[in-house]
Amino acid sequence: MPLLPLSEAIARHVHDGDSVALEGFTHLIPFAAGHEIIRQRRRGLHLIRMTPDLLYDQMIGMGCAARLTFSWGGNPGVGSLHRLRDAIEHEWPARLDLTEFTHAELALAYQAGASGMSCAVLPHHAATDLEKLARPSVRTLRCPFTERELTAVPAINPDVTILHAQQIDAAGNVLIRGIVGAAREAAMAARRVLVTVEERVGTLSAGMNAVVLPAWLIASASLVPGGAYPSYAQGCYPRDNRFYLGWDEIARERTAFSAWMERHVLGVPDHAAQLRLLGVAA
Amino acid sequence: MSAPGYTPDEIMTVTAARQLKDGAVCFVGIGLPSAACNLARLSHAPGLVLIYESGTVGVRPNVLPLSIGDGELADTATCIVPLPEIFAHYLQRGRVDVGFLGAAQIDRYGNLNSTVIGDYAHPAVRLPGAGGAPEIATYAREVLIIMKQSPRSFVARLDFRTSCGYLGGAGERAASGAPGAGPRAVITDFGMLRPHPQSEELELTGLYPGITAEAARRATGWPLRITSHIENLPPPEPQELAALRELEARTRAAHSRPIRIPL
Repeated sequence: MPLLPLSEAIARHVHDGDSVALEGFTHLIPFAAGHEIIRQRRRGLHLIRMTPDLLYDQMIGMGCAARLTFSWGGNPGVGSLHRLRDAIEHEWPARLDLTEFTHAELALAYQAGASGMSCAVLPHHAATDLEKLARPSVRTLRCPFTERELTAVPAINPDVTILHAQQIDAAGNVLIRGIVGAAREAAMAARRVLVTVEERVGTLSAGMNAVVLPAWLIASASLVPGGAYPSYAQGCYPRDNRFYLGWDEIARERTAFSAWMERHVLGVPDHAAQLRLLGVAA
Repeated sequence: MSAPGYTPDEIMTVTAARQLKDGAVCFVGIGLPSAACNLARLSHAPGLVLIYESGTVGVRPNVLPLSIGDGELADTATCIVPLPEIFAHYLQRGRVDVGFLGAAQIDRYGNLNSTVIGDYAHPAVRLPGAGGAPEIATYAREVLIIMKQSPRSFVARLDFRTSCGYLGGAGERAASGAPGAGPRAVITDFGMLRPHPQSEELELTGLYPGITAEAARRATGWPLRITSHIENLPPPEPQELAALRELEARTRAAHSRPIRIPL
């Protein structure tokens, strides 16, 4: 499979109004791909992610999103995602419609989508007010075998799922190592799968039961070293916790946020240039 | 009285850590729960099995993770499983002894809010949301909660119920079919609250040295009941304080280390 420049991959495969899941649970978050979507000024996206993290804070603050499906929207260990909050609390820069799940439900929604099911089920418990919302994200039904009440979670099938991974081999097979989250389920549920990878190798350094996405499942792959930064790629570079702590101050006010994004995302041609500007590139 | 040799945060974390038995399987929330669980593992409970919702099982981090999915957790885990598995095979299947949670708001029956302050559609403050908390609160055999106590966080009425404690109390949780037993203790910066055996209403059962029941009552947004035999919770032992401070110093150093990526 030929590797595409990331700008070309996004131009070709991500369209205004698409539902897009940039997955990776804390680990391997495809920041470079998200920033390219911001640079290409996509609008009206339905963003899907278990943990929106800093990347969706940035994409929402830059006006890419009309809708968000998620299960936990904070800056982990730090506090609020201020741009996400501003969108929900004050509709800045635009109104954001929410579909909200628990982690267990959203992981299962991807799995249902990945399996060609219309929904998947969990045991039902009177645990949360989420199911009492005007438009609840889940419904209840009865198990035909035990009569127990079950919670049904609707399948999610993103138009595009984008993942970051450690390795791609000559044939285009992709290896993910470390925390996988619901990345594989989100990929298998998608209509199109895009990947960015740290390195191209002759043969994947994969054990027999490793998480490998075969080349023929992937619409497009791009070589982007450091593409998960400030998230991380196990075995390549660690999470920049200092950046996550510092983001709280950058994102708190609209003007400081916009200035940061203007300089570090819109003002650079690609991710490598951003890493050089931030002094992260070695 | 002279100032104690520890901070309110420190005695809260040490007291929380002491609630964990060696060998227990514990599903860990981020922040204060993570500090308490790792302190327990590094002091009296080396066999504690810690699980984070990133799918990392049996972790032994040398520094506290900032997120639930730092590389330190993956590096030290017995195994790493996909998200659907950690919730289905481990939590929902009943393999977790203790769920350790924090939240923005708690009510007198130990129900928790981490979703919104104000109306859901037009919130005054949008909080992060559910994450893994509702399932942890439902399925863990028992739940420990660690939260700083104030009238804003210990409220008469939750703005939103994200996770269940004892619902309306007096057996309502058990009748609902929730598999786990519910909150065993709430550890605060004043002392400890436990559910009354019949009503399941949280009442003040323990206080730290130098803290009065009246102060704890003023920090609570409902008329806090006080148990007849209140326990004087002991201060941190020197070795507990040392372990906690060393852990936090290692964590600060690790989290301020600059990252370099070869391009």
